[in-house]
Amino acid sequence: MTGKPPKSPASNAVHNGQGTSSKRIKSTASNMSIKSKGNDKTHSAQSPAPDRCLSGHPDDIHPIVLTSVTQEHFECRVEQDVTSDNPFKPLKRADIVQDMKARAAVSDFSPIKQAVMDYPEEEMLLVFDSDFKYGQSFYLVLTVEAKQRILSDIMPNVQNSVEEQTSEKIMQKTPTHQPWKSLGSEREIDDEIVKDTRSRLKVEIFRVRRDFGAEVTFSDRSAVSAKDAFVECISHHYKNLSLNLTERNITVHAIANTRTLSTQTKWTYPKNMCTQYEFRQFTEEEKEKCLLSENLKTFASSVAVRCEIAIQQNVITDIFFDDWATLSEVISTHGDKTDSHLKEYQSFTDLCYSKDKMISYISWHPNISGLIAVAMTERLSFEQRISGSTKLLLNPPLILFWGFSDPINPQLLLKCPDDIFSFQFCPSDPNIIVGGCKNGQIVLWDISLHHEQLKGIRGGGGRNMSTTNQVFEDKQENLTSVVHYCAVSSIEDGHKAPITDIQWLRESFEITRMGIPVENKNMMCVQVVTCASDCSVMFWDIRVPCVIAQSQTDRKKKMEQKLLEKPHGIPTTFKHLDLSWRPLFRVSLQKIDSGGEYRPVKFSFRDNTCDNQTVSLTDKPVFNKERPDITEYSQLLVPSDKHLKPLENISTNLYIGTEEGELVYTDWKLEKDESGRLQCAKPSQCLFTLNSQVNTVQHSPFFKDIILIVAGWTFAIWKEEITQGPVMQSPYSEKKYSGGCWSLSRPGVLFFGTEDGDIEVWNLVEKTHKSFHTQNITTSQITCIRPWINHSKQNLLAASDQSGTLHILEIPWMLHSPSKHEKLNMSKYFEKEVERLMYSCTKRQAMRPKDKKNTNVDEQRGKVV
Amino acid sequence: MSVEETIKRIQSQKGVQGIIIVNAEVLICNAGIPIKTTLDNSNTVHYAGLIHQLVMKARSTVREIDPQNDLTFLRVRSKKNEIMIAPDKDYFLIVIQNPSE
Repeated sequence: MTGKPPKSPASNAVHNGQGTSSKRIKSTASNMSIKSKGNDKTHSAQSPAPDRCLSGHPDDIHPIVLTSVTQEHFECRVEQDVTSDNPFKPLKRADIVQDMKARAAVSDFSPIKQAVMDYPEEEMLLVFDSDFKYGQSFYLVLTVEAKQRILSDIMPNVQNSVEEQTSEKIMQKTPTHQPWKSLGSEREIDDEIVKDTRSRLKVEIFRVRRDFGAEVTFSDRSAVSAKDAFVECISHHYKNLSLNLTERNITVHAIANTRTLSTQTKWTYPKNMCTQYEFRQFTEEEKEKCLLSENLKTFASSVAVRCEIAIQQNVITDIFFDDWATLSEVISTHGDKTDSHLKEYQSFTDLCYSKDKMISYISWHPNISGLIAVAMTERLSFEQRISGSTKLLLNPPLILFWGFSDPINPQLLLKCPDDIFSFQFCPSDPNIIVGGCKNGQIVLWDISLHHEQLKGIRGGGGRNMSTTNQVFEDKQENLTSVVHYCAVSSIEDGHKAPITDIQWLRESFEITRMGIPVENKNMMCVQVVTCASDCSVMFWDIRVPCVIAQSQTDRKKKMEQKLLEKPHGIPTTFKHLDLSWRPLFRVSLQKIDSGGEYRPVKFSFRDNTCDNQTVSLTDKPVFNKERPDITEYSQLLVPSDKHLKPLENISTNLYIGTEEGELVYTDWKLEKDESGRLQCAKPSQCLFTLNSQVNTVQHSPFFKDIILIVAGWTFAIWKEEITQGPVMQSPYSEKKYSGGCWSLSRPGVLFFGTEDGDIEVWNLVEKTHKSFHTQNITTSQITCIRPWINHSKQNLLAASDQSGTLHILEIPWMLHSPSKHEKLNMSKYFEKEVERLMYSCTKRQAMRPKDKKNTNVDEQRGKVV
Repeated sequence: MSVEETIKRIQSQKGVQGIIIVNAEVLICNAGIPIKTTLDNSNTVHYAGLIHQLVMKARSTVREIDPQNDLTFLRVRSKKNEIMIAPDKDYFLIVIQNPSE
């Protein structure tokens, strides 16, 4: 009854035999069949978890723990007497009983005392459970059947393993590292190795030394004669080797016949050749002869009918006209009212600089997108100014630069000698700014030093610290830099009243002292035009005037003294002008009918659409890099008149809006009058339009001869050359208009600001009798409106109000994208209006022959648009 | 009806920009030379020379397909205008019209 411990390893096999669970890893079992004898003890990490999950154990075995003392006593020490290979240890029952008696409760076998007592046989099987399958390192088999089963299950398991192999189901999900199992491949490798199967034979051949190199004689011997001299292998036909090729894949490709030819030619050198020709013409006599021939007459009569049919077909309908494509445009203009809402994009107010001030003028920076400058002026009447003049000295008027990235702090401050009512960036060099003051002076600023800082506005790092404060990085030190003006005009020679409008002359032409436009060799803007309430329009040049050359030395001395007084940091760009700047010439505006002069408020002339962008940007030279201008302006001299070529196509006519609401059309060229003195011509026309002060005169950016004039409660559109009346005049509205401008992208859209803080959008394509859209943006009066198109194609509208806030609004798509043929439609509209004017004018003249002035008035009264 | 009247009538139609009468004799030495025109000289010569070749090609095309057939009228429609050509044995008439006006 001794159970032979099986030679093959397998606690697993034993476990399989237990039949506790059907789910087993069997691959270890399969290994056993292939394993060679005496090889390793591969175990089983493969049968880990599922087996261990079996918490219970069958009743007929009992897991026990054997202490080392017990183990020694029973000679079942782990790894010495019992190993994984050899887990079985039969123990005599009597020994167990004795041990229990001897050690009583301490004995390891005490928990199963009863079972041991009941055990029928003399030997019990102790199995070393190296896997801790049943929770302990050993287990005792408690029944005979179990013992038999365990022992007998070893052998059949080997057979079973093969069957079980086929019904495997691998349960584990993640492969774990396993030691390498030999699957017999080392045998194959061994087979492949070339080994000596026997020891190598060594053969040594001897020959007598003297035979080497001995003479040899060859003779012939017939092979046939000696029968055994050769062995013959006759080839014979081997049937199995011959194959009939019954099928073959071939491809056929047809190509053209090719032939290679070559010739050799004489190389000639290339030669330019040209012919000159003239079209053939009949002489006059031949033509006459032809024309009179009968042939031609019959031809003409026969052909005319065909042609006329074709022409009339075309006139009736254009068969290639795509109605469907053009239909879409029309629909989009009649979109939702909500689409025409001007969205507030940003608004700027400064806490200290905007307090109690109003913005009098806005100007966008021509190159840097997102930069806008506003002029802050006091909101005081004349008496208040006088009484509070000391306070005003402490609070100097400023021009603020706002960048979109920073709505709280202005980017730059320009100091002004007095309140500025109008200023403009130089279009060719945006670092030069010219402004007109309340006291009649013109001021020049040069901000080239801050150009880099301003350019970085979009990057968000636009906050400037004055150079000495760079140590302080904290945010409290946000002093915006202040730029002092670098030149002002001479007080005696300039305007005597507040300058109301100032504009740069375009760089394509300049004006001589006679008022004749000539070409500008510098391609830079060098001249400025101003108008002021002292009834004059003046032209100024920022270059060194040649007349003063002699007295320049005196001036220089004066200027040097003055320079020492000025604080440093002021650019010396225009020191040649400072305080000695005189206008080039002035245009006086005498009234046509009565004595006195017109008091201009705003002016505009045809070729100077400086402020807009639609005049093609390709005309302007690109100013991307810093131009070394600092010295240039002072070195430029006003050239002598004789050397410059006068330009014919520049019109020298000026439209001026006056304080009394007149639109004056005048020519600025100086002419010699009777006494030989140079005199400016009287204004040619006065188009008496409106009764209140004009606040905007602007040429349309799309049409060179259409002018917008805004005054009081109405606005009007005039066309140059048409003096009978305005092309279009709006009905008198309830609110007073305080500013207006053309849209930059749509020829028929106008923006107006009112006294109540509304913005009215007029779309002349749709409605000419009332505004297309009205929107309130602020509570105080809107003082200035300026549109702009960003680099990123954003259409923005800047509106400033009297409380000192600058609002930036975004123009919605519907208001900035032109409808199809809008320019054409607008020009047609204007033409129609002109025709109407002419017609009504002639009709009235026919009916009531009065002078033109009255008919104008009547027309305006009778007009219902 | 004289040639002048014909031309005047055609010219008075809406959108007509110009009329040219070109000599189309079979002898190459005389072919393609304008006889009467309402356009300026350079344009006339331009049109006459180019259209002459076009008419020859069109006519030969039509006749090759069917020798009994002959070209009676040719209209070339372009984006900006339409050129109408009425060929005959000895002359052809070119009318340039802008249909969308």
